[in-house]
Amino acid sequence: MAILVGENTRLLVQGLGRDGSFQANRTREYGTNMVAAVHPGRDGQKFEDEVPYFSTVAKAVEETGANTGVIFVPAPFAMDAIIEQVDAGIELVVCITEGVPVLDMVKVMAYIKDKPIRLIGSNCPGVLSPASKAKVGIVPANIVQPGNVGVVSRSGTLTYEAIAQLVQHGMGQSTCVGIGGDPVHGTTFTDVLELFQADDETEAIVLIGEIGGIREQLAADYIKEHVNKPVVAAIAGSSAPAGKRMGHAGAIITGKAALASEKNKALESAGVHVVESPALIGAKMKEVLG
Amino acid sequence: MNSHEYQAKAILDKFGVPTPNAEVASTAAEAKEIALRIGGRVVVKAQVHAGGRGKVGGVKLVDTPEQAEEVAASLLGTRLVTNQTGATGVPVEKVMIAETLDIKDELYISIVIDGDIGAPLVMASTEGGMDIEEVAESTPEKIFRVAGDPLIGLTTYHARDIALALGVPTKSVRATTKLITDLYNVFVENDCSLVEINPLVITEDDQVFALDAKINIEDDALFRHPDLAVLRDPNQQDPLEQRADKAELAYVKLEGGRVGCMVNGAGLAMATMDITKAAGADPANFLDIGGSADQDRIEEAFKIIIADDDVEMILVNLFAGIARSDIVAQGIVAAAKETNASVPMVVAMRGTNAEEGIKILADSGLNITGAPDLAGAAEVLKAKLLELGESN
Repeated sequence: MAILVGENTRLLVQGLGRDGSFQANRTREYGTNMVAAVHPGRDGQKFEDEVPYFSTVAKAVEETGANTGVIFVPAPFAMDAIIEQVDAGIELVVCITEGVPVLDMVKVMAYIKDKPIRLIGSNCPGVLSPASKAKVGIVPANIVQPGNVGVVSRSGTLTYEAIAQLVQHGMGQSTCVGIGGDPVHGTTFTDVLELFQADDETEAIVLIGEIGGIREQLAADYIKEHVNKPVVAAIAGSSAPAGKRMGHAGAIITGKAALASEKNKALESAGVHVVESPALIGAKMKEVLG
Repeated sequence: MNSHEYQAKAILDKFGVPTPNAEVASTAAEAKEIALRIGGRVVVKAQVHAGGRGKVGGVKLVDTPEQAEEVAASLLGTRLVTNQTGATGVPVEKVMIAETLDIKDELYISIVIDGDIGAPLVMASTEGGMDIEEVAESTPEKIFRVAGDPLIGLTTYHARDIALALGVPTKSVRATTKLITDLYNVFVENDCSLVEINPLVITEDDQVFALDAKINIEDDALFRHPDLAVLRDPNQQDPLEQRADKAELAYVKLEGGRVGCMVNGAGLAMATMDITKAAGADPANFLDIGGSADQDRIEEAFKIIIADDDVEMILVNLFAGIARSDIVAQGIVAAAKETNASVPMVVAMRGTNAEEGIKILADSGLNITGAPDLAGAAEVLKAKLLELGESN
């Protein structure tokens, strides 16, 4: 059993432009059950001659029973797409789109607060579960391998890096979750840790954080109290200077807590195996699992 | 996007936030005229995107229009080096001439997005004029924090709470409350990433003014603020960062580093900087080429890296998902040949079309050493640095 996605995933893809179409094809090649495509003006047509297009998410859900949505629409329309999916009853909404205005995400988070849905992102690589061939997002399927390590990360390519290291050391993944690099985002480290702790398939967890914010410290607090599975963690950005944004809107040092060293300290005190370089994640996990 | 103080003042004026009477000048003659118009003692302030200007002569009090002219002449056309700029400083192309006030008290107020709460956060302190980071560090109890509601905004009672916490005179509470509410509106209506008033002053006659203002607009939201997008002043940016902006590359110049880094993805780019540092050399830059860079953009990225005189070696670390390794390799080879670059390179390439990319680089005749992965890149880099004879 994976977390968040699995055999029951019925995927709706919203925004079938160049990148959205490319990724939808990779997703289908991998074997994920894509049941609906939503794109303005293509109602009645079919994506790749097979998956029905709809103009609205509500109609798509009604006719196909889609329960999971992935969003590739351009940033100015991302807030609207998220809310449309939430209102249509999609249970898991994954927003890949990067560059969504922060104040839009602030409104989105307030809107979904008491609703029974889960949002991942924005600006994230999404979720992939190798055993159930469920890919919701852009994590490359050719690098993963089924197994028992759960991966959660703020960064896309660094997630791939960690996966590659795990595979190199002979370890597969239960589920890989990229929560995204924006300062305001849906599902947090803590949420994913809770799911991994409860997941029978997951024996150990890789957590990859970055400079900026205090979410890694909150994760450390949670691990201390609630997680008894081994956790290997790396924080990217120890060499970054204060006050300069390192690509991700959330990756900026504004005060002491945002430093990689402070995050490492918090995680270590929670019993996490912290590696000084993200290059050592695979080797450390191998050592921990024996 | 940063804005200048005079631009921030114009935004505040539009939202009804009281600021001192002031105008901006591009020439010393204009500065004199403005000083004459304002009358009496004025302050001449260099308009630059950097804090710490007061400590290096960028802010000066003068008593006469002639002195204003003199100070403006001495500032305009120069470059100001502060503790927040690089060694080359930032150009002073405009000065602001502002009236002086009889100040009784200096306070601090700012608004940022608190990602962990998921709302705009108002921070206020009685320690106006100070570096707020320092206050937060040494006397955190002196910072008063109130988050706005994402859907309702900042209620008047919250704004009043802040005014009371700042201990403003009873006569000034109403005006301060209104000022805080208006500032909050400035923040949300302009998609700001920062609104900072330091200091907010109470005058001897209990009036409230935003004496200095810093407003940053979130780049990702500029598409819906064409009126603000034109406020961008590229001359205040590092020239290489300016070039990178044009090419839509996420590039940050790092002072004094000697290993240029070219990576896809922000997290991996930071990790690559980290392993560079661990290998014994400072990274010269952060660079995320993004997922969908074409060959032209890769070429420009490479040219930007080697245009940095400090760069002695380049570390390329690619884990291609959407990006294609062969296109990145072609871009690197084309740019290196065009610029006759002889700088040694360490290259790790994985993911989409990695084999093709590695072959293109191997056949190029350039000074390239391959590395299998991130850990391998760290080792190869260390060895190459030793070869350069300057590593520890």
